[in-house]
Amino acid sequence: MSATEFLRVSDLHAFYGESHVLHGMDFTVRRGECISLLGRNGAGRTTTLRAILGLTGRRTGSIMLNGREVINLPSHRIAQLGVGYCPEERGIYASLSCEENLLLPPQVGSGGLSLDELYDMFPNLKERRNSQGTRLSGGEQQMLAMARILRTGAKLLLLDEVSEGLAPVIVQKLGEVIRKLKERDYTIILVEQNFRFAAPLADRMYIVEHGQVAAEIQRHEIAEKQEMLKEYLGV
Amino acid sequence: MSEIFGIPIQAFMGQLMLGLVNGSFYAMLSLGLAVIFGMLNIINFAHGALYMVGAFMAWLGLTYLDLGYWQALVLAPLCVGVFGVLIERTMLQWLYKLDHLYGLLLTFGLALVLEGLFINIFGVSGQPYSIPDEFSGAFNLGFMFLPKYRAWVIVSSLVVCFATWYVIEKTRLGAYLRAATENPKLTQAFGINVPLMVMLTYGFGAALAGFAGVLAAPAIQVSPLMGSNLIIVVFAVVVIGGMGSILGSILTGIGLGVIEGLTKVFYAEASSTVVFIIMAIVLMIRPAGLFGKEK
Repeated sequence: MSATEFLRVSDLHAFYGESHVLHGMDFTVRRGECISLLGRNGAGRTTTLRAILGLTGRRTGSIMLNGREVINLPSHRIAQLGVGYCPEERGIYASLSCEENLLLPPQVGSGGLSLDELYDMFPNLKERRNSQGTRLSGGEQQMLAMARILRTGAKLLLLDEVSEGLAPVIVQKLGEVIRKLKERDYTIILVEQNFRFAAPLADRMYIVEHGQVAAEIQRHEIAEKQEMLKEYLGV
Repeated sequence: MSEIFGIPIQAFMGQLMLGLVNGSFYAMLSLGLAVIFGMLNIINFAHGALYMVGAFMAWLGLTYLDLGYWQALVLAPLCVGVFGVLIERTMLQWLYKLDHLYGLLLTFGLALVLEGLFINIFGVSGQPYSIPDEFSGAFNLGFMFLPKYRAWVIVSSLVVCFATWYVIEKTRLGAYLRAATENPKLTQAFGINVPLMVMLTYGFGAALAGFAGVLAAPAIQVSPLMGSNLIIVVFAVVVIGGMGSILGSILTGIGLGVIEGLTKVFYAEASSTVVFIIMAIVLMIRPAGLFGKEK
C-alpha cells in the first residue's frame, strides 16, 4: 500500500514553548483517502495539523509528504507541496474583502477549482464577495475558509473542526462538499469533535489521546467498536 | 492688498505652501513608519537617520561622482533600500519574537551610530545642494509666487504616497501584505513567503525614507542632524494618524504640515508645539489615533 501513501507521520513530537503537546503521533493517510482524527479537547488533534504545517514550536520525528521529508521545511514550502489548511478559528482576514480572502492563497498545484465553480458551490460567497471578510456570518466564514483552499490545487486538505458551532443546514452543506471532494480524489484529514459528522465521511478514524494515537478504527468496525468509542470520546 | 483674517494673502498662501511641503515630508516618512510597523511590529527609530543617509547620498553623488539630481533620485533610495534589507537580515530578524521595545532600542541605537558617523566625517554644519536647473525659478500664480521646486516636492511625494496606498489596498501584492500583517503564520501556511515579504517591506520603508531625503536635499541643507530634527514631529504624526494605518499616515502628515504652517501665520510662537498639542488632544479622545483601530 505504501505506493499510494500520501502522508506518513511517525513519532511526531511537538512543543509550544516548554510544553510538550504531541508525544509521538503515528499515522498514515493514503492518496484519495479521508481520515478523521477524533478525540477530546486538548488531546492534540489541532496541534497535529499545525505541526504538519510547521506552525507549532519545536518538532521532532518525521513527516513524509508524498515521499518527501518535510519536518525541516518552513511553513510556506510545505504548503507549496500541495497542502491546504482550514484552521479551527477559520482565519478569515478582517483587512481583506470576501473575494480577496478567497483569492489570497497562491496556486500550489494544478486542478484547483475555478472561482466560478466555487461560487456555484457556495452561492452566498458570491453575493457577499465585496463585504469585509469578518463581516460574514459564522457559516459564511466557514465556507470561505474551505473554499479558499480548494482554488489552489492543494491535494491534501487539513480541515479543523469545520462543523463546529454551525447551524445543522450548513453542517449538512459542508458534508456534501466534503463528499464531492472525495469523489474528486482529494486527500483529507478531518479533525472533528462531532462524531456523527465525521463517521459517514471518514474511511478510517484515529482516536487521539494525550498527544498520541490511542486506536485506529476502520469504517466497517464502527458498529462493533461502539463501546470503545464511547469510552474515548464520551459520546 | 487683499487679506484673509487680517493677514496679507501672500503671507497666508506662502505659509500654506511651506506647510504643504513639510507635510509632504511628514507624509512620506510616516507612511514608511506605518508600513514597517504593520509588518514587522517594530517602531523604526532609524527612520530619520535613513532619510539623512538618503540626502547625503545625493550630496556625495553630486560632489564626488558627478551624479545629478535625477540619478540621485533613483540611486539613493535604491542604496538606502539595500542598506535597509541588510539591517533587517543581520539584526532585526532576530528580534521579532521579543517585545517591541527591543526593536525600538536597536533602531534607536542604529540612528545614533549613523548620525555619529556622519557628524564625525562631515561635521554638523549643513552641506549645500543646489536646486536642479529644471526647477529654478517660480510660477507666478497671480496672487503669489510658487517656487518650482516646492511644487515638485509636493506633487512627487503625493504621487509616491498614493501609489504606495494603491498598491497596498488595491492589488494582489497588497492583499498578501495586508494578510501577512494581520496573521503572518497563517499567511505563511498558505504558501506565501512571509519572511521574504518582511525583509522587502523594511527595505521599501527605508527606500521611501531615502527618497524623501533626496527630495529634501535641495530644500533643506544636507546635515547629519536633519533626520533627528524631523523625526520627532513624524512620530507625533504617526501617533495622531494611528499606528499602522496607511491612508491615515498620509492624510495626517499632510494635514499637520498645513496646520503647522498656518499656525506660523496666526500665532508663530505656537508653531513648533501645535503638533504636540494636537497629539495630546487626539490621544485623550481617540487613544488609537484618528484612523487607527483599537486592538
